[in-house]
Amino acid sequence: MFPKWFDKWNSDNPTNIFGPAIAVGIVGGAVFVAAMIVGFGQPYATASMQTGPRGTGMHVAEFERSLAAGDPTVADFYTDEPFVPEAGDELAGDIYENVQVLGDLTDANFNRLMNAITLWVAPDEGCTYCHANAADGIYADDDLYTKVVARSMLQMTRNINANWDAHVNANYQVGVTCYTCHRGQPVPNNIWFRISPVNANAEGWSGIQNRATMTSNFTSLPSDYLEHYLLEAADGGYNPIAVHSLVSREQQMPGDPLIQQTERTYAFMNYIANSLGVNCTFCHNSRAFYDGGQNTPQWGTASLGIIMVQEMLADYLVPLQDVYPPERLGPVYGDAPMAACRTCHQGYQQPLNGTNVIHNWPELAVTQGPPDYSAFE
Amino acid sequence: MAYFEYQNIFTQVQVQGDPEVGMDDQGTLWRERTKGSRFSTLLGWIGNAQLGPIYLGWAGLVSLATGLLWFNIVGINMLSHVDWSIPEFIRQLFWLSLEPPGPEWGLRMPPLNDGGWYIISSFFLLISVMSWWLRTYLLAVEHQMGKHIAWAFLAAIWLFLVLGLFRPILMGSWSEAVPYGIFPHLDWTTAFSIRYGNLYYNPFHCLSIVFLYGSVLLFAMHGATILAVTRYGGDRELEQIVDRGTASERAGLFWRWTMGFNATMEGIHRWAWWFAVLTPITGGIGILLTGTVVDNWFIWAQEHNFAPDYLAPYGYEAYGSYEDFGGVTRGGE
Repeated sequence: MFPKWFDKWNSDNPTNIFGPAIAVGIVGGAVFVAAMIVGFGQPYATASMQTGPRGTGMHVAEFERSLAAGDPTVADFYTDEPFVPEAGDELAGDIYENVQVLGDLTDANFNRLMNAITLWVAPDEGCTYCHANAADGIYADDDLYTKVVARSMLQMTRNINANWDAHVNANYQVGVTCYTCHRGQPVPNNIWFRISPVNANAEGWSGIQNRATMTSNFTSLPSDYLEHYLLEAADGGYNPIAVHSLVSREQQMPGDPLIQQTERTYAFMNYIANSLGVNCTFCHNSRAFYDGGQNTPQWGTASLGIIMVQEMLADYLVPLQDVYPPERLGPVYGDAPMAACRTCHQGYQQPLNGTNVIHNWPELAVTQGPPDYSAFE
Repeated sequence: MAYFEYQNIFTQVQVQGDPEVGMDDQGTLWRERTKGSRFSTLLGWIGNAQLGPIYLGWAGLVSLATGLLWFNIVGINMLSHVDWSIPEFIRQLFWLSLEPPGPEWGLRMPPLNDGGWYIISSFFLLISVMSWWLRTYLLAVEHQMGKHIAWAFLAAIWLFLVLGLFRPILMGSWSEAVPYGIFPHLDWTTAFSIRYGNLYYNPFHCLSIVFLYGSVLLFAMHGATILAVTRYGGDRELEQIVDRGTASERAGLFWRWTMGFNATMEGIHRWAWWFAVLTPITGGIGILLTGTVVDNWFIWAQEHNFAPDYLAPYGYEAYGSYEDFGGVTRGGE
């Protein structure tokens, strides 16, 4: 194939070309990669948000790409401005039968809100998802469980906006609507049920941990932390989350938290961090997790959020147990679906990237009486 | 030969031939050891190509038997936790664990499925580890060696005993022991540090890290030095100790020029031994003091001027806000 002189020269001059080829390949490859990074930029560039004094490493890191992309469900949020009531407008409670929560809304705003709820919660199913006989123009009956649940959820939403201002509007007005959890789905993502114990043939602490579950966020930490901290304990109170000794030396007493309790707290903190797309140092100076003096302002907001969820579960979600049909109940205990941080936040510091969802919906920001439309007058 | 034609992994020379079995000066050589011995080219790449004969002795047999019992108790418990499903056992293997009893049991014996198996398996593991230690000691006696290996192993066992025996007893609860599982024992490590106020502020933890990283550094320095002077016979370290040659001279000169000081051919091994041994000894002291003597290491460190207090909050102006970090920009609202 090659000329004779070429083959002869090769056999007279045996040379190992693989060594230099490998060396040139490695060096050349490195130069190429370096040139690409300099020329086109770092493909996995990150940005960070400082959350504490400089020099303490307190920051939240995120890929610039994900920051630019944001929460894709923001674009699908439906909203429109209210109709400011005028003298003589009829109220929904006077026109329609069986309006228990929204009776003080004017007819126009009532129907505007009903339309929005449909788009937020059941856009594919439409009115008949809650009103069985909507096709015949009959909306008053409570035949479907979805309507009974929706009424309770309206009260819950109003309670959150009216009474938990310090959590949902901590930095500026954001608020919540049905869409904050539902995002166009009748059953929201990231609801939770009780699943513990997760291990067979084991009791106590051996039964509730060391299993990759959705609830444990695929760690081997305990899977029972949500029910343990967010549901009422047997004594009617709530179980303590903090585990630390607050002095350097103290007399440990039986019942004081030890390693396992710490792991459960860690599991809960991990859940909150994952729910918000942040890390420990969003709320804590991780050199001293327990120290309120080194916590960030976000810690206060999150702590209120925990109490808010406890109230939501006790007053609104758990009592719906008997309303749901079996297919909506939990797989292990048949318990009512429950919400927590992730149900609203869905991986972002603020739900829907902090979009002000409540501004146009004063109907959802009062617990009773007519809504406050003063911002639109 | 060019350097990139280097044909082996660690060892340059591989000797295979009649097995080397040692001196049989008392006629008892074959009484207690396995008869077989063979050569493995694969092993020869990383060490001596000869495999065997092995001396187990009674201590080795006890150790293997109890160690296997521990291993099987842990494994079968894991299998029972996934309700005897082999596929699930494989899927969850790194998550599964044999967990110590809960704190409510204190130092009492709990039911088998609530930490009882943990206590039983730990008992076997204790016997296993201690008889393996005894074996290292007895073998050194047999060979009329110093007991350096046994004492070094005992330093590691000290840390093991602190974690699983001494400290749980002092704390009054077996629940403080380390679970037998891949991820779960890492959970334990994290929780241990968090619960007791950040282990980084435990001075014995600091010391242990110093000796650990120091061991790594010394190991690399010594290994590199000996390899570098092997061409002058530096790898025959014992001979160089008693009859210092040009290898030792060059190695010593190199380090003296580099940093003004050099260890000796003998002393470097004492440096390495002590650094290695002090890693678990200091670490064990640190663990033993945690939760027994000191309950919050960060506060302890502040009290002893070991961790700084922030005099006042500072740097607030540089704190980020969500508006600049993915959040919706508010504008004039």
